[in-house]
Amino acid sequence: MSSRASHGEDDGQNKGAAVVIIGGGVTGLSAGWWLARDGVDVLVIEAGAAGWGASGRNGGGCSHHHSPLFREEQRLWPLMDGLLGYPTEFQPSRIRIALDERQFGLYRRALENGAHQGFRSDVLDAKQVRELVPLAGDNVFGGYFYHFGGHANPHRTLQAYAWAMRDCGGRLLQHTRALGFDTRGDRVVGVRTSRGTFSCDHVVIAAGPATGELGSLLGVTVPMMSARAEMIVTEPLPLMTLGGVDGNGLYGRQTLRGNLAYGGGPHEWIEAADVEHTRPYSTPLQASIARRLCELLPRAAHARVIRSWAGFIENTPDGRPVIDRPAAVQNLTIATLSSVGFGLSPAAGRAIRDLVIGGSCEFADLSSLALSRFASLEPDWREREGWLPSAIGAGE
Amino acid sequence: MKSHTPSGRDYASVAGKQPPIDEATDLLIVGAGPAGLSAALTAAAARGLRVTLVDENPVPLQTMGEDVPLHFGGRMAPTVANRNAMLESMLRARPQLAEAIDAGVDVRLGTAAWGLFPQRRTAAWIDGHVAGLADEERAYLISFKQVIVAAGCRDMGVAFDGWQRPGVMGAAAAYRLAATYDALDSRTAVLVGSGTEALQIGNALLDAGVRIAAVVEQAEAATGPMELLARLLASGARLFTRHVIQQTVGDPNGVAAVRLVGVDEDGSRLSGPLQWIECDTVVLGVAAIPAIELIESAGCAVSFQAARGGHVPTLDGSQRASLPFLHAAGDCAGIWPSKTLSEETARREGRIAAAAALRALGVMPARADEAAVLPDPTARDIERERVAWVRAMTLGSAVAPFVCQCEEVTAAEVLGLSPPRYLHWRRAASEAPRLGSVDPERAPHPDVVKRLTRAGMGPCQGRRCREQIAALVALGAGSGLADIPLATYRPPVRPLRLAQLAALPEAAAMGEGWESWFGIASQWIPFWRLGGCAEEEEAVAGE
Repeated sequence: MSSRASHGEDDGQNKGAAVVIIGGGVTGLSAGWWLARDGVDVLVIEAGAAGWGASGRNGGGCSHHHSPLFREEQRLWPLMDGLLGYPTEFQPSRIRIALDERQFGLYRRALENGAHQGFRSDVLDAKQVRELVPLAGDNVFGGYFYHFGGHANPHRTLQAYAWAMRDCGGRLLQHTRALGFDTRGDRVVGVRTSRGTFSCDHVVIAAGPATGELGSLLGVTVPMMSARAEMIVTEPLPLMTLGGVDGNGLYGRQTLRGNLAYGGGPHEWIEAADVEHTRPYSTPLQASIARRLCELLPRAAHARVIRSWAGFIENTPDGRPVIDRPAAVQNLTIATLSSVGFGLSPAAGRAIRDLVIGGSCEFADLSSLALSRFASLEPDWREREGWLPSAIGAGE
Repeated sequence: MKSHTPSGRDYASVAGKQPPIDEATDLLIVGAGPAGLSAALTAAAARGLRVTLVDENPVPLQTMGEDVPLHFGGRMAPTVANRNAMLESMLRARPQLAEAIDAGVDVRLGTAAWGLFPQRRTAAWIDGHVAGLADEERAYLISFKQVIVAAGCRDMGVAFDGWQRPGVMGAAAAYRLAATYDALDSRTAVLVGSGTEALQIGNALLDAGVRIAAVVEQAEAATGPMELLARLLASGARLFTRHVIQQTVGDPNGVAAVRLVGVDEDGSRLSGPLQWIECDTVVLGVAAIPAIELIESAGCAVSFQAARGGHVPTLDGSQRASLPFLHAAGDCAGIWPSKTLSEETARREGRIAAAAALRALGVMPARADEAAVLPDPTARDIERERVAWVRAMTLGSAVAPFVCQCEEVTAAEVLGLSPPRYLHWRRAASEAPRLGSVDPERAPHPDVVKRLTRAGMGPCQGRRCREQIAALVALGAGSGLADIPLATYRPPVRPLRLAQLAALPEAAAMGEGWESWFGIASQWIPFWRLGGCAEEEEAVAGE
């Protein structure tokens, strides 16, 4: 890996970098920050504004107990404000409320997965839930207090990565669209963009829904499909002791300001090409989210919904992330976090840094996140799964 | 890889979960002011079409108390709590409402439109175009084929010491209370701003029995028509140019007086005696802002057009927006002096929009086509005026008033991208981020400023602070106001109680697979159980 400045000030504007990261979301910026911390000359290019994709459009959850990155995720989150030097609004722990026996059974899995990795949870009866969650109601069946996970503010965290990377000498170029690559043999030597070509020793593609198309330009197949998900936000309510409360099929939190920010419900599949150049619009699905939030926290039923939002996210065929260095290209790292990227971002960025610098992850076994698992994927996998966009109806 | 693939249907997706929509109309018209009513009457003349006209007035008292949809500043007379009295006032103030009802228009008063949801490639699960409506009790969906938005205007807020006091209100809010409700609780007002819209409303307030004690203008001369100003001055109002409000002085009822301070052409405050003026109301008439939240949140292209008073939808000669089934008419399509002075311009826009909507519905309009409405040639530099107000009145204030009252954010906090105070984040001032740190190449998007500082994120949905924040971003980044992107609007564009929104009917299938984030079982198999083990797991949202 060449040191800073080796890519020269040749023509000033198109100064390349040792590592060019395509995608200014939490994954790309976290990776950029981890690399810049190590003194690596890094440039993140982002087609729009940083964090405009799924990174800024999620529930802020920080618990992925099924993931090989979980332990590192849990270790890092409480340290992030200090490491980054900017606030992420991270708050530890979560209470998950079940309104019936079935949900209670489902939500036990987090307890089991946590326990397997040494994390404690408490089982709560209905009365205990109501004591801990003043907005909960008489419809509580039971719940869990997970002494792990938690939540952070996605926008604040995104900007914290960007600022912290800059403080370490990394660069972020926004409104710069990656269009293709210059290759020499099995190496990428430059990233062609809407603002010229940037030379590089290594390329990281962490471009959310565009990752598949960018990978294909290098002959690397990254199967994925894009979708829209939605959330709603209420006016602020008095703070509960613990803001990380969800359940009843919702994810979300009470923010430190007091707003209830919750999402959930069915996704809508969208072609990747349609995702570009448009913002995600929310739909009347917000009413169904409101309905379930009213069930989850009936004492908040009077609260006013003041905003909604939608976001585009990508998923791989098995829903698991890809963090891999495909064999076909010498100096390429691919990352898609497959709809769970925000919480994992501190650990994912570190894993990407390890892959870029040393070829393998030092702290976790990422074999389950390798692209090779899709080698025998059927060409019509999307049709088989029913991962297809809605048809535009006859309505005008 | 998933647990439920054989049919090729994704049970966790929106497929087959379209909500039942009981109501349908051909032409939906939002807003029953001059433009909306003219549109409704034009459309009703073509028989056989379903025309639905909604207007949020009378607005429930509690909503008005939260300064939604206008900055009412607590100056509502007690009668606004009496819904029937308000309905009668409305019907008196707008006789064409009765005409529209007689002509067969489905008129729904007290009904707000909180979202327009067109079917598009990225949101196609509901067929056709749908509007979200709400009255005091319930929220519901109605499908429509064409929509005319005639949502009027609201007022630009500009912060000063004590602007949170009851009695500080927007000019459009004062006019709404006086003219539509006959319920403005004000005796003596100071008018801030001297443009056509401000002076027009000042005169209307005078006619409603309000004494205008002073007209305050930061520029060196009044910017509106002299004859409108002269009438106010003849009634006893004093004109203070190169002045801004230093502060309000309050009593238990709110504003009791204001102090004015002189400013120079750069907005710096002059030493010298402060002017003290007793009043119970401060009417902010700095700028009338086209109310485009419904239009913008639906996805229509908007741009800053100085001749039309700021951000407005891009319209063709038939008032049609970039989404071809949506037309805008009246103040939300643009505000300029001659339009403010004569309602006929808004009415003509309404008729033109209705004719275009009728043609799109396959009906020939009864009347011949009218010539397209064009704004006055730009006479005023509204970019400079709006920024000048914020610089002189807000940035020049010694006490750092909250620009965003809901979230209590000051101008300095906006310019410094400060995290909200409740985070208790400490950082050396020299290292504090600046606006330019988000992107050295351009001014930050106001949505980014909002998310970092929380300015504009409160229950009034940014109605009182949105333009101030844009002006601050322009000042901080050294950009023109027109170059600052518009902070996005998102439905519901009127605050809606959770319980109200929750009562919308949904498809029986909606619950199916709800709890499974994406319904991809393999996503949630713990990594230590992967490999050879084809165990089926049910995904859980939120993990």
